[in-house]
Amino acid sequence: MRYIGRKVALFVITLWGAITLNFLLPRLMPGSPVDAALGRLASSGVPITNAERRAVEVQLGVPHGSLISQYGDYLNSILHFNFGSSYSFPSETVAHTIGKAAPWTLALIGVTTIVAFIIGTLLGVYAGWRRGKTADTTVTLGATFFAAFPPFWLGLLLLFVFAFKFSLFPIKGGYSPGETPSLSPSFLADAVYHSVIPAVTLAITTLSGWVFGMRNNMINTLGEDYVTFAEANGLRTRTVALLYAARNALLPNVTAFGLSLGAVVGGSVLVEGVFSYPGLGNLLYIAVSNHDFPLMQALFLVITVSMLVAIFIVDLIYVRLDPRVRQA
Amino acid sequence: MSIVTPVPPPTVPGAAVEVPRGPAARQVPGPLLFLARSLRTLWSNGKARIGLVILGIDILVAILAPLLAPHSPTATYQSPSATNWFGTTGNGQDVFSQMIYGARISLLVGIIAGAVATLVAVTIGLIAGYRPGIIDEVLSFITNLALVIPGLPLMFILAAYLKSRSVWTIVLVVAFTSWATGARVIRSQATTLRAREFVTSAQFSGERLFRVVFREILPNMTSLVAGSFFAAATAAVMAEASLEFLGLGDPNTVSWGTILYYAQQQNALLTNQWLMVFAPGLAIALLALPFTLVNFGVDALSNPRLREKA
Repeated sequence: MRYIGRKVALFVITLWGAITLNFLLPRLMPGSPVDAALGRLASSGVPITNAERRAVEVQLGVPHGSLISQYGDYLNSILHFNFGSSYSFPSETVAHTIGKAAPWTLALIGVTTIVAFIIGTLLGVYAGWRRGKTADTTVTLGATFFAAFPPFWLGLLLLFVFAFKFSLFPIKGGYSPGETPSLSPSFLADAVYHSVIPAVTLAITTLSGWVFGMRNNMINTLGEDYVTFAEANGLRTRTVALLYAARNALLPNVTAFGLSLGAVVGGSVLVEGVFSYPGLGNLLYIAVSNHDFPLMQALFLVITVSMLVAIFIVDLIYVRLDPRVRQA
Repeated sequence: MSIVTPVPPPTVPGAAVEVPRGPAARQVPGPLLFLARSLRTLWSNGKARIGLVILGIDILVAILAPLLAPHSPTATYQSPSATNWFGTTGNGQDVFSQMIYGARISLLVGIIAGAVATLVAVTIGLIAGYRPGIIDEVLSFITNLALVIPGLPLMFILAAYLKSRSVWTIVLVVAFTSWATGARVIRSQATTLRAREFVTSAQFSGERLFRVVFREILPNMTSLVAGSFFAAATAAVMAEASLEFLGLGDPNTVSWGTILYYAQQQNALLTNQWLMVFAPGLAIALLALPFTLVNFGVDALSNPRLREKA
């Protein structure tokens, strides 16, 4: 219980820290992001109502008014998902734009994480089992090598080979043009088909975290007495490796999730941009290249908070999985 | 400050004054000797050796760029000829020459941003680890916050706000977002070292705080400091390319990131100019890779026992 209590307290404080950082960022920046944002909004042809002007000011800072009262307004508007409007998508609110894009990124990152976890863990088990041998060196060096590629570049190359040269996969987008997003089987199949290359790109570049985590856990576990005992009993190598060592080495690797998630989220921004995938990463790509401050700021908040929540949930699941944590 | 013989723990408290000044003056090598010994230690590790070789080639290319490049990287040509091996950019500049000159920017950003990030990590980590209580609590909170906030999105946003488009902005942004991992590792190491006898004896012999932290504790962390440098340098090389690809860098600099940016702008892939995309990305990987590979060997820097095994 004390473990959970500490995790909850830490989560709340970190969440507050992230929200406050998001508040301070535009106010610490040189120049006036508010004026720039309002100017662009005006030139995009949308009439600026007083409410909209106010929403932008609450997010990005008002030249007058104390910082404390600004902070109160800011917290209040966040609670009501009032992020104002953006000039990249003038016809809808920022909250609406983000809400539409979120499921795509959730699905893409979900698929990527599952694929990277399975492949990375298996490779890690293999490398740990053959530690110091050629197989270990090959896997470790290979994982290091692939982690050295910029994710967006790998995306461009896969796009060129599999979509442009061989036309095996679609060139861009999250679904075929003309389809309307729904939960029908045919649409879902179409969406999965579109997500294959982006997901593979992200999985390849984030594989190394899982590989190294699993390999090191395996090496630790292989030193345990019960593994020696199992070997002495004459059990088959595969049984010892998978059912005795890997099973126990898997648990600490759950903590690699946080690390891996950061890399996937970071990589997804540019990879989604390259594929024009209709998710949050592509939105941030558009917002940043257009200097669309309101959208950018809201996206950063949503991405950070979602990451904190995901890591928090994994921490809680970890308590269920490992009884030792509960007693400590 | 020798790394081969980490500052020996003095058994007699009074001896602490003698150790760094008296006989140590003979042992403490100059910066060059220090570097040579570190390199020899790294060379003995197979993976780090591969890293050093690739890194050496990168550095040579960067230094010898004017001799190696067949054309000027900024001169424009009317029509691509057979001497433009990788084709020309939309402005008619020779891509192959830009590739060679691009090594300079990437190396510069990697090394400087890595060094600045490491400096921040060492400062925050050492202070937090050596000063328990409220200072440690606050610094650790900031470090943990910086760890969980997604670095790349934060980097993009900072770069979008900061309108000055120079390489130095990128260096600052990268350094600001990639110090946290190093700071956490250095802090926990400083916490354990603080309680060791040789630190206590240095404190009792009346050494000033600055000297205790930098002459007694820091030399025992050479591998951690080097480790966070190479990790930050890897991140910096990647981040610089990403920022420039996004158009947030200086579009007039000749770098691998800007080649990719222009390639994307003029749809180089769809016009079959795949070399213009393939080459800079591979070059970035071949600079990020050695930084990571060298990191496999740094553990041996402050732990002689690991060296004998390798």
